[in-house]
Amino acid sequence: MKNDSRNNSLSEILRPEHRHTSHLIDILQDIQARDGYLSNEAMLKVAGFLDMSSAAVWGVATFYNQFRFTPPARKPVRVCMGTACHLAGGQLVLEAMARELKIEVGGTSEDREFSLERVACIGCCALAPVVTMKDKVYPRMTPPGVEEVLVGIKAESEAEA
Amino acid sequence: MKNRMIRALSQKKVGAPYSDKITHILVGTATCGRAAGSMAVLEAFRHEIGGLEDTVRAWEVGCMGLCSQEPLVVIIKPGDFSVCYHHVTPQMVQQLVEGYVRGDDPCLDLALGTMAGGNGDAVYIPELDLFKYQARVLLRNCGYISPLEIDHYIAGGGYRGLAKALKLEPTQIIKQIEKSGLRGLGGAGYPAAAKWAACAQAGGSTKYVICNADEGDPGAFMDRVLLESDPHAVLEGMIIAGYAVGASKGYIYIREEYPLAIDRIRVALKQARAKGLLGSRILDSDFSFTVEIVRGAGAFVSGEETAMIAAMEGGRSWPEHRPPYPAQSGLRGRPTLVNNVKTLAGVSVILQKGWRSFRDMGTANSRGTALFALAGKLENTGLAEVPMGTSLRTLVYDIGGGIKRGRQFKAVQIGGPSGGCLPDDLLDTQIDFDSLKYAGAIMGSGGVIVMDEDNCMVDTAKYFVDFSRQESCGRCTFCRIGTYHMHSVLEDITRGRGMLKSIEALGELAEDVRAGSLCGLGRMSPNPVLTTLRYFREEYDAHVLEQRCPARVCKELTAYYILPEKCYRGCDHCVLACPVEAVFSDEKGLKVVDQPKCTKCGSCELVCPPEYNAVIRLSPVSLVPADRRTRPDTKEP
Repeated sequence: MKNDSRNNSLSEILRPEHRHTSHLIDILQDIQARDGYLSNEAMLKVAGFLDMSSAAVWGVATFYNQFRFTPPARKPVRVCMGTACHLAGGQLVLEAMARELKIEVGGTSEDREFSLERVACIGCCALAPVVTMKDKVYPRMTPPGVEEVLVGIKAESEAEA
Repeated sequence: MKNRMIRALSQKKVGAPYSDKITHILVGTATCGRAAGSMAVLEAFRHEIGGLEDTVRAWEVGCMGLCSQEPLVVIIKPGDFSVCYHHVTPQMVQQLVEGYVRGDDPCLDLALGTMAGGNGDAVYIPELDLFKYQARVLLRNCGYISPLEIDHYIAGGGYRGLAKALKLEPTQIIKQIEKSGLRGLGGAGYPAAAKWAACAQAGGSTKYVICNADEGDPGAFMDRVLLESDPHAVLEGMIIAGYAVGASKGYIYIREEYPLAIDRIRVALKQARAKGLLGSRILDSDFSFTVEIVRGAGAFVSGEETAMIAAMEGGRSWPEHRPPYPAQSGLRGRPTLVNNVKTLAGVSVILQKGWRSFRDMGTANSRGTALFALAGKLENTGLAEVPMGTSLRTLVYDIGGGIKRGRQFKAVQIGGPSGGCLPDDLLDTQIDFDSLKYAGAIMGSGGVIVMDEDNCMVDTAKYFVDFSRQESCGRCTFCRIGTYHMHSVLEDITRGRGMLKSIEALGELAEDVRAGSLCGLGRMSPNPVLTTLRYFREEYDAHVLEQRCPARVCKELTAYYILPEKCYRGCDHCVLACPVEAVFSDEKGLKVVDQPKCTKCGSCELVCPPEYNAVIRLSPVSLVPADRRTRPDTKEP
């Protein structure tokens, strides 16, 4: 359902009935659902369409956690930092991930293969600490476990290639 | 009696959603079940029962709240008992189908217990401590009916509340809500009827109802479970609220992070429209009501009602001064009723079953039930619904099953970033809005996190303040700068750089943030600090005066140490696991952690075989014997 606008051009997202500032967040969500991120060009177009200053559009977009401004990696790794995961050692898992992937938290690898983010609770508290990659949930992670998971993922991508 | 459709619905007999002619397989496929692999289980069942469509059906149901037992499957067999299986894998499916669906062997070795019609050998689930102390009112359908089938909801009495409501005058409905004693279950506990009356009495022909599903506490997921498991209960409450306050348009403001819940609501809206329960002239009455989904873009502050309205108007989610309250002037300046998911689900129960049934539960000032997400160091994690007035001890020990691995209980944190940490001697506090507030916590979001001796209270306070700091919308100075400074003081303390006066300063700062912030989230953000200072002051002192973290969590104050008398020289697990090559062998082949190199990731402790158990944590770090702190200088021969 999320991807059904993927092939539309921006003009299909910027429909005349949405030409009101109250639709700004909606529009930004639609663009991100299609492109995976908000590009400068897209946000400038939105500003023009809604007759807002580009600063106002940036101001709203950067306020919310959902929006990202760089293209997503093919394998976005998210480490849950909800309360249960924190208490079960989520921070150690996050640090191990950063070390093994050699990217900073919030960063993307140069080849755009991996990105690493911290997320607030994904609601799998019983499986804490958890890491997700796309739709897959890796339960009860540990720093040594991180290495295993990444070896598995890399083997999979090589098998695909 | 206004008309035929309302009468037909309100006189319909309440029954079971499942026909008693065939076998039903219920697979829990809410988010937590899916994370544990329930979609593959469902697929396997559908494959395995292929060809038996006339006698067996598999359904997707929501979440029973037993997160630690997922994936869960219930098999309901006509004339036989219903059995609930836990930790089901696709490999077990064939055995279950051969055993109980086709045959007569209930496979009790794979079962958690029986749900109904049990026999002597099997555990009867409703009698487990886990369930015995619960009162499943809001959760009554969760994990039992399919959220994708409106008929399941209607069969169990669903939408009868709406039919009854439409026969009443709006003021009579508000009267019933008032008599029920329902208070806002989103956490603040404001009397629901007062809010409804204010909105109903506000002038203007355009009014709105907003369902607040922006569950932002990083340890709470009750709203998500309700919407994923029983979306119509929330929807029915919303339509009733719309009729009572005179609104014709409703919005469900839900986090974008809850994609499955959004899908479930979409399906529910479509089915309700098809049945004439939404849209124009609902059930042929004069009342019309439509509902739209608004996806939140991820900001904790959006859970505050004025901030939510700002977000819905397309701007930054910034709270406003109240009054005017949204009930008088809310979305686009119109009177707007904002109620939480659980409150609205409570409304359907009250209208379906009568206000007395609700009022009969709970305490004098807090009626009905409280819904909690249990997580942390408990045996049983998941959802629990208890009558108001139940003690925290019952919640932790009877329902939660006590602390995992026999560890010692330390604290229970209730209410997330706005709540507080309560110690052992407050476990007899009863759960209701006022008692919790008195103890320093709040009902709040309903996240309950249980901590044991391995959790550091200063670190916990730092975690919540860090959350509030990052999520502070920045509008008011006290919250924006106050949370920043509280965090930096806590950071100093956890790193062993704190001073006694930093603890005093922290307390003062917390009081100031509480007094000076604009919205409830800011005002309550110091709660984790204030309660840990109040109940766990000795842990703060240990960090500051002795450079010691009693739980051995704070990295700068903790060292990993390998006990030479326990270490087995032939084993190299820790050496191989260390990501920074900080573990080396001494001249006897026993392992030593090179402290300056160690990043304290804990890998060595995790991989040390349990029969040796040689890796321990020491705090303060000065406890590490001087001759085993670092690699002796390796001199060139």
